Amino acid sequence: MIHWQSFADFLAMGGYAGYVWGSFGATALIMIVEPILVARNRRNTISFLKRQLRAEARAESGAISGNTTV
Amino acid sequence: MNDRFNLYRFAAPAVFYPLAGRLVPWFAGLAAIFGLAGLALGMLVAPTDFQQGEGYRIIFIHVPASWMSMFIYLVMAFWAAIGLAFNTRLSGMMAQALAPTGALMAFLSLWTGALWGKPMWGAWWVWDARLTSELILLFLYIGYLALTAAIDDPRRADKAGGLLLLVGVVNVPIIYFSVKWWNTLHQGASVSLTRSPSMASVMLWGMLLMALCFWMYTIAVALLRVRTILLERERHTDWVKAELTGETR
Repeated sequence: MIHWQSFADFLAMGGYAGYVWGSFGATALIMIVEPILVARNRRNTISFLKRQLRAEARAESGAISGNTTV
Repeated sequence: MNDRFNLYRFAAPAVFYPLAGRLVPWFAGLAAIFGLAGLALGMLVAPTDFQQGEGYRIIFIHVPASWMSMFIYLVMAFWAAIGLAFNTRLSGMMAQALAPTGALMAFLSLWTGALWGKPMWGAWWVWDARLTSELILLFLYIGYLALTAAIDDPRRADKAGGLLLLVGVVNVPIIYFSVKWWNTLHQGASVSLTRSPSMASVMLWGMLLMALCFWMYTIAVALLRVRTILLERERHTDWVKAELTGETR
């Protein structure tokens, strides 16, 4: 069922190791890094928007308390 | 009636956001399953090609990446057409969410093509119709991303980017039919590599499973990305505020 004689045989790819693993390696790298970057961008965006929301809320409550004290 | 239509339109991003969130793990899981099955068939079970030896195994990512690079562009052009015709907000965001993945697929298609071309043709690159039109596709993706990033108003960016997508869509059939229209170094039929039908079917199944993996991966990443775009663009709406405050709990 398995085509290869040994693991070394599999790694050698019949002499095409650099070409085959260069292709699969680049694809694996992209498919690992892209979701990580997308998830990180998502976390950064959420924390940025939360900070913005809190700042807006502070500005509003500050304006209201300022009005009541003066 | 008019009220209900408006309500529906404004509710759509708020409805789509949680739906996309629920779908992401399913598509990611499907991508992993199809990917493992495709790699097992293509890298472990599939026999040696009678002409190209083991070097042909690059096909298991080269063809899926090339298919997806064209398919993603068509989907983006579809969303651009919907957005320009009906002025829907979500369509521009969908195109925006797909573009980086499409660019990466076009890059992978060229990268794996170069690594395949060197041992088989003796050249990393030739100015062949198939290769050149695929390179233009990569430039179209980069052009779309640069153009939409350069326009501050996202709705205007969507419109300008959408026009670029619709004009550029002419390139996709050129890529697809280039091997028929011109004498190219690039091989024509990629599916039947050998004469033996049993061998061809193992290779074909490996390739189709990898294509499904790339497809599911693209959907998962694009849905994850569109959720962030939705939050950014709808930040002044009540549902985004509720979403943000709900997550702090």
